[in-house]
Amino acid sequence: MGDGGVIGRAHRKVDAVDRMRGVARYADDLKLPGMLHGRIKRSPHAHARIVSIDAAPALALPGVHAVITGADLPTPYGVIPWTPDENALAVTKVCHVGDGVAAVAAIDEDAAIAACDAIRVDYEVLRAIYDPVEALAATDVTINPYARAGNLSKHVDLAFGDVDAALAASPLVVAEEYFFEGSTHAAIEPHCALATVDGGGVLTVWSSTQVSHYLHRELAKVLGWPAHRIRVIQPPLGGAFGGKSEPFDLEFCAALLAIRTGRPVKFLYTREEVFLAHRGRHPMAMRYATGFDRDGHITAVDARTIIDGGAYSSFGLVTTYYSGQLLGAPYRLPAFRFDSTRAYTNKPACGPKRGHGSVQPRFALESQLDQAAVELGLDPIELRRRNFLGADTRTVNEFAIGSCGFLECLDRVEAASGWKARRPALPHGRGLGVAGSTYISGTNYCIYPTELPQAAVQITLDRSGRARVFTGANDIGQGSSTMVAVIAAEELGLDLADIRVIAADSDLCPVDLGAYSSRVTLMVGNACLAAARALRAKVVEVVAARWGIAPGQVSLVERQAIDQTDPARRVPLTEAFHWAEAKHGLLTAAGSYDTPRDRHGAYRGGTIGASPAYSFTAHVAEVEVDVATGEAQVIAVWAAHDCGKALSPRIVEGQIEGSVYMGLAEALMEAHTVDGAHGGVVAAPSLLDYRLPTALDTPAIHALIVEHPDAQGPYGAKEAGEGPLHPIIPAIAAAIYDAVGVRLRRTPFGPPQLLAALQARAAREAAGALAPHKGRALAEVR
Amino acid sequence: MTTPPDQGELTVRFLLNGEPVAVAVPPHWTLLEVLRYRLDLIGTKQGCDKGDCGACTVQLDGKAVPSCLVLGSAVDGRAVTTVEGLRGPTLHPLFDAFDHAVAAQCGFCTPGIVMAAEAYLRRLGRPVTRAEAAAALAGNLCRCTGYTKILDAVVAASERLHGAGGG
Repeated sequence: MGDGGVIGRAHRKVDAVDRMRGVARYADDLKLPGMLHGRIKRSPHAHARIVSIDAAPALALPGVHAVITGADLPTPYGVIPWTPDENALAVTKVCHVGDGVAAVAAIDEDAAIAACDAIRVDYEVLRAIYDPVEALAATDVTINPYARAGNLSKHVDLAFGDVDAALAASPLVVAEEYFFEGSTHAAIEPHCALATVDGGGVLTVWSSTQVSHYLHRELAKVLGWPAHRIRVIQPPLGGAFGGKSEPFDLEFCAALLAIRTGRPVKFLYTREEVFLAHRGRHPMAMRYATGFDRDGHITAVDARTIIDGGAYSSFGLVTTYYSGQLLGAPYRLPAFRFDSTRAYTNKPACGPKRGHGSVQPRFALESQLDQAAVELGLDPIELRRRNFLGADTRTVNEFAIGSCGFLECLDRVEAASGWKARRPALPHGRGLGVAGSTYISGTNYCIYPTELPQAAVQITLDRSGRARVFTGANDIGQGSSTMVAVIAAEELGLDLADIRVIAADSDLCPVDLGAYSSRVTLMVGNACLAAARALRAKVVEVVAARWGIAPGQVSLVERQAIDQTDPARRVPLTEAFHWAEAKHGLLTAAGSYDTPRDRHGAYRGGTIGASPAYSFTAHVAEVEVDVATGEAQVIAVWAAHDCGKALSPRIVEGQIEGSVYMGLAEALMEAHTVDGAHGGVVAAPSLLDYRLPTALDTPAIHALIVEHPDAQGPYGAKEAGEGPLHPIIPAIAAAIYDAVGVRLRRTPFGPPQLLAALQARAAREAAGALAPHKGRALAEVR
Repeated sequence: MTTPPDQGELTVRFLLNGEPVAVAVPPHWTLLEVLRYRLDLIGTKQGCDKGDCGACTVQLDGKAVPSCLVLGSAVDGRAVTTVEGLRGPTLHPLFDAFDHAVAAQCGFCTPGIVMAAEAYLRRLGRPVTRAEAAAALAGNLCRCTGYTKILDAVVAASERLHGAGGG
């Protein structure tokens, strides 16, 4: 650590006051002279061939400047370079309701709406398929126009150890089927993009993206515009959660229409368009079998998963791997096999949502553990302790694990929830449930092959005693700009107010790969640390020389350089910076970070899911079930998360609390579905119909920070933004079982499913097939 | 398209953040559109445009309303306060409490939440509980925070504004 005393303190964020006071300019708050308004005409059909498009009626309207169609942007793209299978606007066919077919630029929003209405599109409607199993079996329908093999998007089949032999020899095998419903991000800020071209041919795109760099690359590819003449700026962003982590149609359309019209063009999604753009959590149908010995040790896990991908690949190649690869911790699995198949369907494409690809399988596996604990008569926390993987070890699929605070996470939630004393005493209808999980702190490999570093930061000291930090990192509200400021302040002895962070502007900042896979704190943090330490060394060396002491005897703290051998001797940092600049010239330094490449297996796919460091989480949820209505209410959640080292504890707490909330919403309420009986429309395309929790629906969330520093992270820090979402869903399912004795294996756990399960249990109790749960017959309590 | 001024724009006169304004607006525009597009008051955010999310909450005659559900012409003769109206030489206690608690992550919902909370605290004139704050803010969605630190901040601000010795 540096001398600054900044790390680990409760900070205010560097950018929060401007955001809350309405000063910060988000993408839709930007307005340029002569700006036109864009709008996309979208398909009303789930699957149709485009016979013809007639834009003439639109172009004849007053105020309409240009119309483009798929023929103007024919190059396919995809955020994963191996699966370029979508176009900015549909070229030959539309694959889901809401696929874009044309885009307009007009003098205002009303004129743009009128122009879209005036465009005539002739469709030949094709058979649409909404079920992934049906899609995989279909031989007469190919949904995605670039699909290589029918409606198969991706298949992964990996095995570690002899699963069949281990299961055959196990005294207990829990075999069940689970279904995780799709859900979407529903960030409060709708997607927005603004583009303009200057006289020198530089195209500037402001976008509400969380991955500026991938947008930059795909803009160059699809537009055929050289990357060095594209500037991508990410303004302050109003929430993302994975929903803004790939290029979207509006960015390409804004750029091309700006080029065509010579005027700035802005697109803002309606809320309905946000639901149509989707890229949310994949629905997964999971069949799991887990073997146990008599003491509750896992012997093997066998997982088969069907993944409903929607119409395009998005990150689906990675999703398919993650659906199995991230199960290797925090438990020791002697043998493990997964077989995952992602299918195309005529729905909005699924993609990465917070906890990408691993939230669904975590629900299945943790549910298996809870069921085994009951069958073996073990406390479910104790069963998890017995299966602890350990620190500084390798998983069955050969990921190198560094620090691991999972046992402490279990201890903390056990103590804080009063588990031991309260759980046996809770009446029928009340229950406690536990679950654990792990997540990555970024991935060891970029999504495209490169030898270049994953992150870089530049820092410049100025003569007023400030530091300017330049980073490509996308602050999406998670606090990445504050994170780099905290590190710079710590190393340079400055106050947070002295740090100016310039972020996510491709003309000003070094490349960063973006805010995804929980990579930013570890990777950008390490790069910032390297830059700050290089600058610190320059300052300290000059001060030490002036004072005739060793550099190691100089501290930089509270805006002063101090002689540790004579603390009365001190100089303001502004002056120390002047001394150093006089000797070295402008005080600037760069730091880069690249990932270790020796922390995974050599098998095909072994790099996918491998991370420099893994976070660990345990939750206990307390639930009350109303057996008359089938409503499960979460009373409280205790969430302990090992983030390595909390650089800024309040921000870490906020990540834990937000994760718990988002997962809880998926467990109880959220469902992003299409209605096949009505032509494949998105069933609930508004923030009222798509049910999500308000402040009244959200329980008390107790965030407990656990710190097991990891050698790979800056000051030992690991991720905190996604891992804490995972356990809440199975923890709630386990708590419902503890409360009323029914197992729910489909999300969301709404009243229809819970009531049906209670009725089924009551019938079995009445038939004498089941003993009453907690000594109370359901017929009696209902 | 936008109705040209000579073809039926309405001139609306109202008190905006304490200052009288007169602005010509198309008759179908909402207050949200008038604020953002005509008056450049970008602190009022558009999240859904149909009254579901609360990001566009402003105060109309002192009461919190979603500005996307109010026609611009309907505020004639009334008082509108936006988040910009809470600016002053010192940080408003609500902003300070939100900043201290790190209650704003992406911050997109925050101006609307602060406007709803300010109206509520002013009406009650006393410290509030977390449960009261949760009920008062149930019309404002936040996707980042799980509301935990938002409620912390509103309770803390209520104590500072109306607590013992605070009037």
